Amino acid sequence: MKVSILQFPGTNCEYDTQYAFEKLGAQTQIVWHKSTTIPADTDLLVVAGGFSYGDYLRSGAIAKFSPVMSAVKEYADKGGKILGICNGFQVLTEARLLPGALKRNEGLHFISRHHHLKVENNDNVFLEKLNTGDIVNIPIAHHDGNYYIDDEGLAELESNGQILLKYTDANGEIKNPNGSVAGIAGVCNKEKNIFGLMPHPERAMESLLGSDDGIKMLEGFLAS
Amino acid sequence: MKAIVNVFLKAGVLDSQGKAVHHALNSLQFGNVEDVRVGKQIILKLNETDKEKAMSDVTKMCEDLLANTVIEDYTIELV
Repeated sequence: MKVSILQFPGTNCEYDTQYAFEKLGAQTQIVWHKSTTIPADTDLLVVAGGFSYGDYLRSGAIAKFSPVMSAVKEYADKGGKILGICNGFQVLTEARLLPGALKRNEGLHFISRHHHLKVENNDNVFLEKLNTGDIVNIPIAHHDGNYYIDDEGLAELESNGQILLKYTDANGEIKNPNGSVAGIAGVCNKEKNIFGLMPHPERAMESLLGSDDGIKMLEGFLAS
Repeated sequence: MKAIVNVFLKAGVLDSQGKAVHHALNSLQFGNVEDVRVGKQIILKLNETDKEKAMSDVTKMCEDLLANTVIEDYTIELV
């Protein structure tokens, strides 16, 4: 299992992501954004979190034109698996690889804390190790995590089972920290090979640090 | 010439910053403020004399980069 992790100027979660996947036994490599190719044997491409290009203009807006992004699109078109975490999710929506957009949090504050999430659909490689309805405890850390999609788009996400996770309390009741439409924390594309979420599963790998629920999430990619 | 691009969240997309500014203005006793929208202005200095070409280029810039048309509308003024 080979995981390639994209690094833009301002990315800051690439080493946490590397730690997480290596803990699970994967081989990892970091790919600088100037590269025009994705390593040929990549089984999973991760767009890691951080503040690519300082979040200038809009989060992820400038990164989508980085040299590596044409290779990312080509990799996606061939059915390659992509996971965008936090800023990576923002980059993937800006690049139109995932539907919707991430706006400024409704309360306007940067939010950094653990949050419960409910698994909405597990018929995909990312969440197949979990059951629909399971609750996980995963850190969130974002300023622009307010997921927006219009009513038509939301209906499409629902009918295709593209909603991965929603923000809830420990009992699975919707608890929305940032104003996201329908409390959505993560989505995938229709073909279910591109995944994006605002929470950080790579920061939930050690119970000593508050939660190791991220293991069950990232493990899904290793099984396939 | 210059192109002045204004980018705002679409009508119907909640503008949290506008709402916060609106509340602040109301609490400063400006009770006559009915609505506030906060956006951004981008001023481009262009090396271009053909207005039509400038308009079509700036429109493409907006569609590709300056605005995210999933959530934002834009206006372009050439001066």
